[in-house]
Amino acid sequence: MGAARINEAGLRRDERLERLKLFGLSSPAILLILVILVLPVGWLFYVSFIGADGSFSLENYERMLKRKSYARIFRTTFEVSFLTTGLCILIGYPLAYFISQLPNRLANLCLITVLLPFWTSLLVRTYAWLVLLQKQGLVNDWAISLGLWEEPVKMVHNMTGNLIGMVHIMLPFLILPVYGAMRAISRDYMKAASNLGAGPVRAFWTVFFPLSLPGLFAGSLMVFILCLGFFVTPAVLGGGKVIMVSMQIVSNIELFVNWGAASALGVVLLVMTFAILWVASRFLRLEQMTGGGGH
Amino acid sequence: MKTTTILTLMSTVAAAQAFAADQTVTIASWGGSYQEAQSKALFEPAAATTGIEVKQETYGGMSDVRLQVSSGQVTLDIVASGSGSAARAAAEGLLEPLDYGVIDVSTFYPGLYTDHCVGGDVFSTVYAWNTDTYGENGPQSWADFFDVEKFPGSRAYRGTVAGALEGALMADGVPMEEVYSVLDSEEGIERAIDKIRELKPHISVFWTSGAQHAQLMKDGEVDMTTGWNGRFDNAAADGAKVAYSFNQALLDYDCFAIPKGAPNKDTAMAFLAEISKPEYQDDLPKYITYGPTNKAAYDTGEITAEVAAGLPSSPANAALQLPVSLEWYAKWETIAAEMYQEMLTE
Repeated sequence: MGAARINEAGLRRDERLERLKLFGLSSPAILLILVILVLPVGWLFYVSFIGADGSFSLENYERMLKRKSYARIFRTTFEVSFLTTGLCILIGYPLAYFISQLPNRLANLCLITVLLPFWTSLLVRTYAWLVLLQKQGLVNDWAISLGLWEEPVKMVHNMTGNLIGMVHIMLPFLILPVYGAMRAISRDYMKAASNLGAGPVRAFWTVFFPLSLPGLFAGSLMVFILCLGFFVTPAVLGGGKVIMVSMQIVSNIELFVNWGAASALGVVLLVMTFAILWVASRFLRLEQMTGGGGH
Repeated sequence: MKTTTILTLMSTVAAAQAFAADQTVTIASWGGSYQEAQSKALFEPAAATTGIEVKQETYGGMSDVRLQVSSGQVTLDIVASGSGSAARAAAEGLLEPLDYGVIDVSTFYPGLYTDHCVGGDVFSTVYAWNTDTYGENGPQSWADFFDVEKFPGSRAYRGTVAGALEGALMADGVPMEEVYSVLDSEEGIERAIDKIRELKPHISVFWTSGAQHAQLMKDGEVDMTTGWNGRFDNAAADGAKVAYSFNQALLDYDCFAIPKGAPNKDTAMAFLAEISKPEYQDDLPKYITYGPTNKAAYDTGEITAEVAAGLPSSPANAALQLPVSLEWYAKWETIAAEMYQEMLTE
């Protein structure tokens, strides 16, 4: 008994030492996060409460309540982010499934084509869509010469064009984690399901799909969060009518004398994003959403 | 006696030159072909004449000046700015008052210099149209631009409030000379915005940069747009089917200002006096189709009659236009911009 207790104490000491070591190793990273993330965000909060005359004031928040345009801009931002995420799931999930069922070498080739757009700058891809989709662009030219439609169709300088561009840019962020999760699902599970009498459709929905969910959540979350901060694509493809929060932040810096007018927008976006994550986490386990576990 | 006078004079001249030799000014402008034109026509020749050494930078506009002045770290001596943002910066106390005892503006167009900013070039906000769509009979007034029955087709319009309301009011029947008095209230601003609201279903694009509205015309994406005359000239030179009119256009100007607490304030003042002279301003149109702010630049013979006819500030063209009111922008721009935003997001 005595030996066991000594042993236990020794183990505990080891554990403490180990934890201290780990903390020591991660302290540069923690410090970095503190300096580049926590402090600036804290500063952002502080500045958002500074009025035009330099004293404490709620005017930056009052303005957002007074003018209806701010509520509409936030609505557009979340609408665009939800729609982009939804479309990415609709397109990306089947594609990831298809790739995951291919033999390794072919799958890798497909993944490279998925990743290819990553090697081109976002700005270039956005302008490429503008050139393709505009009134006298390639898509309209071809469609008209093939007789698909008679008059040029308006596909850009509106929400449609903006969504096409954003979905294209965001797709790899969804496909990669989903593909990773699908690849990790053993094929034996599907075999077992059909052995037990499930048809392919039932086996997919009851076995494969639930197992792929952590990847889907991780990908959707990443796409959604990244969409909230989009600037270039809506500015170029939205025709000045799709106004997202990041664009309004820039106009507010140019329009008002103080940084607070812009900071307050950032704070509201941040708080709303956290609120959505919190609500989502009530329904889904957070570790599942971030892909860290769930098995 | 005479020799002494001459000697004194000579030494004064020598001293002045020695004095000038260690003088430098740092100038910030918008870069690109615009700053290149300024550099070739104004900065380099003036530096050669005065012996003042010029350092050029590009900057992001008055928000940079605001940052420098508020942090007490002013490095810029002269900044090129749009007239409207300069007026707002002056109202905020970010600019030094200019000394018009040093800078000679006696031959300037009235209204192209203020207490804090002296005009450098004149440009116009015009309406432009696709010559393939409308042939020779394009719109000749703002009323035409807003008339979708007479001129069917898609439009582009400015995405921010600057230069957006004046034309709308004229289209709504307000005579040119009454535009700013009508706009001098929230009701007047709303009236102009309502006119744009009416046109909005036909506005495919709200543009945010000069490059963008030029490209829209080049690509034939819209049939009409508002914009800056120089950009359309460049686009037309590149083969775009675009024409514009100066009738009822908005006559505006870019100007030079000295940030508050500029390190070489006095040298900057002397340098501004030099580049405001007609013999520099008359070279600017060779590099960009923007006109001089100094009337006397038309008398030196450098600007040919043909070039002058195409410049916004030529007497004939200027007479057709509404000069932009800086007082109005200083007083109303922030409020009007928020109201404009309401219309954009609807």
